[in-house]
Amino acid sequence: MLKLHQPLLVDKAVKVLFWALTFFTLIILFFILGFLLKKGLPVVSWEFLTQPIRDMGKSGGIFPSIIGTIYLTLLGVVLATPLGVGTAIYLVEYTRESRMTRAIRFGADCLAGIPSIIFGMFGFVFFVITLKMGWSLISGALTIAFMVLPTIIRTAEEALKSVPQGYREVSFSLGSGKWQTVLHAVLPRALPGILTGVVLSIGRCVGETAAVIFTAGSALGLPLSIFDSTRTLSVHFYILAREGISMENAYGTAVVLVLSILLINIFAYTLMNRYISKNS
Amino acid sequence: MSKLEVKNLNMHYGDFHVLQSVNMPIAQHEITAMIGPSGCGKSTLLRCFNRMNDLIESAKIQGEILLDEKNILVKETNLIKLRKKVGMVFQRPNPFPLSIYENVSYGPKIHGEGKKRVLLEIVQKALEDVLLWDELKDRLKDSALSLSLEQQQRLTIARLLAVQPEVLLMDEPCSALDPISTQRVEELMFQLKEKYTIVIVTHNMQQAARVSDRTGYMLLGRLVEFDETQKIFTNPKHKETEDYVTGRFG
Ligand SMILES: Nc1ncnc2c1ncn2[C@@H]1O[C@H](COP(=O)(O)OP(=O)(O)OP(=O)(O)O)[C@@H](O)[C@H]1O
Ligand SMILES: [Mg+2]
Repeated sequence: MLKLHQPLLVDKAVKVLFWALTFFTLIILFFILGFLLKKGLPVVSWEFLTQPIRDMGKSGGIFPSIIGTIYLTLLGVVLATPLGVGTAIYLVEYTRESRMTRAIRFGADCLAGIPSIIFGMFGFVFFVITLKMGWSLISGALTIAFMVLPTIIRTAEEALKSVPQGYREVSFSLGSGKWQTVLHAVLPRALPGILTGVVLSIGRCVGETAAVIFTAGSALGLPLSIFDSTRTLSVHFYILAREGISMENAYGTAVVLVLSILLINIFAYTLMNRYISKNS
Repeated sequence: MSKLEVKNLNMHYGDFHVLQSVNMPIAQHEITAMIGPSGCGKSTLLRCFNRMNDLIESAKIQGEILLDEKNILVKETNLIKLRKKVGMVFQRPNPFPLSIYENVSYGPKIHGEGKKRVLLEIVQKALEDVLLWDELKDRLKDSALSLSLEQQQRLTIARLLAVQPEVLLMDEPCSALDPISTQRVEELMFQLKEKYTIVIVTHNMQQAARVSDRTGYMLLGRLVEFDETQKIFTNPKHKETEDYVTGRFG
């Protein structure tokens, strides 16, 4: 007779099932990566990385796009980080849980759910047209700063909340003021968590296409000021592929893009792991 | 003269009347012990002395606590100065995850001392006062978390002494320590009372009997009896106190 209750058997079956699911996920991941690498890696060379874009991308390299991507990302994150971390500090340290804090948090969550192309539209209408910044690094950076703001706020909030209350109490009991306590007792403990959020945001900025194409434009040259237009790697890839300019170079660009994002994420997870093991 | 004087102190957590008409003097250069069953309000009372309950939203306090004859419960009290004067040692040793040196110098730095030489002097003095200097003088840069629990608790006392307080509040400072460490920390308290006024909360009645000059027995938010320690333990006036100190409680 088959018993319904056979915990050992059930355990085994469930384990196999989950193993299969994990395996499937990994297969997909490696398939995509493998495909990209196979198509794109032969294109990637020192010349490809350091030459200007020629013939709309048919030949030459992707150097201006690499630089444009770095500038745009750094500028966006530098704008978003103080704003986001400041908001998180205010929410966690300076207010008590209330209708207002919940409203702010809800707002941040909604913002996180908005598709990036909508941010692109907003950035286009507001920064490019209304504020007359044109297609430029600064328009793009402001737009992606708004886009990653919710991520930075929420990760910083969690990082601040995970700092044991005891540290704040000790600091107050030694006669510190609020800001001194936040600065010396809380922030150093929350820093790795906050940084993790920032690094994840960097990853998102690097890969962003829709929000950027409307705001930073698609100029081929090297951007020389924040008011210059630039085409980021993902935008370059999009244009090459969509307009059928050069599939080869599109794959090459994709490989550079994906590998950089991979590296950034690995960096973020190492940071996070160090943080977790240090706090437990 | 009393260093601290509690006058008709009432406190609520929301609707919960946690301290009920507490009156007691706390004499200078003495150790005052607060005993009583769990949840009777000992920690809450202690946290009134440095206004740490201000951090709790639902807490409401009425009455007076005089520190050197000035009421500290009034709005105008400068909490930073108050907490510099009235410091606290917590139940679990809770050093910051920083070096030994940075832990002890945290307070002085907060209060604006910037000179390396002065800070080092303060750190040395504080560590000497808690009898850690000889053990630790060569490893001030080590993490405070690498110390034993007893050393950590001594370190938190040193961290407190470094801001030059006058009153030390200790909430079950030995409850995480083994008996031998406990004995050594008690000896330390004995030495400290020459310079400081100490209020200690303890669950350990032998400890109260050993170290304190006066003892208060609390029950359900009331201060049932407050007297010289010897009297509380040998000849209490109240039946409730007697039941508790003889272990017949509950
Ligand atoms: N923040 C708070 N909000 C509401 N009630 C609280 C709060 N803190 C403590 N209490 C309640 O107040 C009462 C007294 O607490 P307190 O911590 O002062 O007791 P205690 O005598 O120190 O007990 P123990 O010996 O267990 O440390 C308890 O019933 C507790 O549940
Ligand atoms: Mg307590």
